[in-house]
Amino acid sequence: MEPFIKHQGSVVAMERVNIDTDQIIPKQFLKKLSKIGFGKYLFFDWRFLEDGGLNPDFILNKPKHQGASILVAGDNFGCGSSREHAPWALLDYGIRVIISTSFADIFSNNCYKNGILPIVVKEELLEKLFAQAKRPASVEFMINLEQQSLSDADGVISKFNIEARQKEFLLKGLDDIKWTLQFKDKISTFENRQKVDLPWLWLN
Amino acid sequence: MGKTLYQKIWEKHVVEELSDDSALLYIDLQMIHEVTSPQAFEGLRTNNRQVRCPNKNFATMDHSIPTQNRHLPFADRIAQLQVETLAKNCSDFGIKLFDLNSPHQGIVHVIAPEQGLTQPGMTIVCGDSHTSTHGAFGSLAFGIGTSEVEQVLATQSLVQSKARTMKIEFTGSLKEHSYAKDMILKLIGEIGTAGGTNYVLEYTGQAIRELSIEGRMTICNMSIEGGARAGIIAPDEKTFAFLKSRRYSPQGSNWDKALLHWKELVTDKDANFDKVVTIDTSRISPHITWGTTPSQVVEVDGYVPEITDFSGRNQQDACQKALDYMGLKGGEKMKDLMLDRVFIGSCTNARLEDLRIVANIVKGRKVCPKLEAMIVPGSGSIKKMAEKEGLADIFLAAGFEWREAGCSMCLGMNEDILQAGQRCASTSNRNFEGRQGKGGRTHLVSPAVAAASAICGHIASVNDI
Repeated sequence: MEPFIKHQGSVVAMERVNIDTDQIIPKQFLKKLSKIGFGKYLFFDWRFLEDGGLNPDFILNKPKHQGASILVAGDNFGCGSSREHAPWALLDYGIRVIISTSFADIFSNNCYKNGILPIVVKEELLEKLFAQAKRPASVEFMINLEQQSLSDADGVISKFNIEARQKEFLLKGLDDIKWTLQFKDKISTFENRQKVDLPWLWLN
Repeated sequence: MGKTLYQKIWEKHVVEELSDDSALLYIDLQMIHEVTSPQAFEGLRTNNRQVRCPNKNFATMDHSIPTQNRHLPFADRIAQLQVETLAKNCSDFGIKLFDLNSPHQGIVHVIAPEQGLTQPGMTIVCGDSHTSTHGAFGSLAFGIGTSEVEQVLATQSLVQSKARTMKIEFTGSLKEHSYAKDMILKLIGEIGTAGGTNYVLEYTGQAIRELSIEGRMTICNMSIEGGARAGIIAPDEKTFAFLKSRRYSPQGSNWDKALLHWKELVTDKDANFDKVVTIDTSRISPHITWGTTPSQVVEVDGYVPEITDFSGRNQQDACQKALDYMGLKGGEKMKDLMLDRVFIGSCTNARLEDLRIVANIVKGRKVCPKLEAMIVPGSGSIKKMAEKEGLADIFLAAGFEWREAGCSMCLGMNEDILQAGQRCASTSNRNFEGRQGKGGRTHLVSPAVAAASAICGHIASVNDI
């Protein structure tokens, strides 16, 4: 995973609550065997018209939001299906940071595994960010993960919380499995104990 | 202070404490399916890693497979390649697969309990959000993404942060024609789609104890629709009776040992929950969703809400978007809504008990000729039992399509999809925009309401026929 230390990019806002993973990446695109190339299907049903052309009314298609890498969205972003294809699509499209008042549990986990930073903010701040993103000119935010700060051209807008472990993994771009394998012996110890305690779990 | 059932299972699975509120947890069982696993196996190969415990991982094919003409090659070549890839992965890594030729193939959350793989006190994961279903047996079960599927394959463990706990007490008893589905729709309507975020819900109370194991699975299944990480129900005599003599259940002296352990899997009387919600079950009428999230719910006898029923810009905006998408106007009577399709199936409601309820209602009646109605059993075993009991004959005589087991129109990954604008009463779990097909309009209901609606041609309750 690519480390996430700082990010600066332009902002796009989707003022809608409960944006689910079925919307982020519809089911017809879940049959691929690889993790790459999902960006062109991101928000497919909203982004494209019946004839395959771009829907000019959809926010990501507006000229000023081309190249946006920071998504500000309504509450409970990423709810529904556990499909990791959703963060794969967001990342492939170029999104590195998502800001909302809350994220669905599995989606949030999936973001961290792919180097996307989900930032939880209070409702009043989200409203301010929405207003900022609506200005005619394109807006840029800066995120400094080490300092846990979100800034714009005028300075720091807010600090944000992140679990220490998630922060370390993002900063260093660590591999979860490699990291877990340091506990290989402890896993074996656990298994040996469980074989005695709960032997029926070891009959298959 | 006492402990909740969730805390007890947590403590029993800690491999390594990482902080006050996170640990590396051992995973007792992982279920695998064709859609969220190929990249995980690919990751193992790329990094030259092995599957740590092949015997703790089981696979089936359910999401993208056709539910008819199984003797033919798939019309969808990409879906065919995906199931072939799963077969190869399982064979290469020594994982037991219930493939399309197995009489026990079916929806992952239906077959694991059926085979006795799901047991009280276990930690269970699957690359599917409805893994919460297995909590009905008193196990800690939750959905994960593909990266974590790979991690469990490689290490049989996962880093987890402790969830908060919410007790959901269903007092009283269900009235006639109301079911587990109505209980969970009512709950999600109350707590909202994010009400359970970061929580594990424990369902208790008289109505939960009175539910069958099938009904409890329906409730736990939809915990995720309220945002919860998992739903859990303490095991009891019904649980033990369900598990007795299943293929993978413990046998002989191991059964006795297991039973002793399982009986301890209850929340202590003096345990603390972070939140408590109480619902009077005796007042729950049949429920139905009107909008595009499972929390947008009313009674079947009720009306589509008006925008002014909601406060705040977000809620009003969400209501307007849902009304527009669903082709509805505030104040319309739910029962006036004409239907194009009825879908009875999914990991929420495609077990034998559900099919029996449907058969009782449709026996000797005909599906309204204006609509298409389809029943997709949850597993090959259920299909066989339903055929043996004569349920399938009742469905076919009434004019239902009777399919092979799979996820089917719950998520529409195969050809079972709604056309744009079609309105469907569905026993599944998600009514998101486009979930059952682009432009499709889904109303989530119990099998009883789906059956009555299929006969009437519009949204209906059992009393209407």
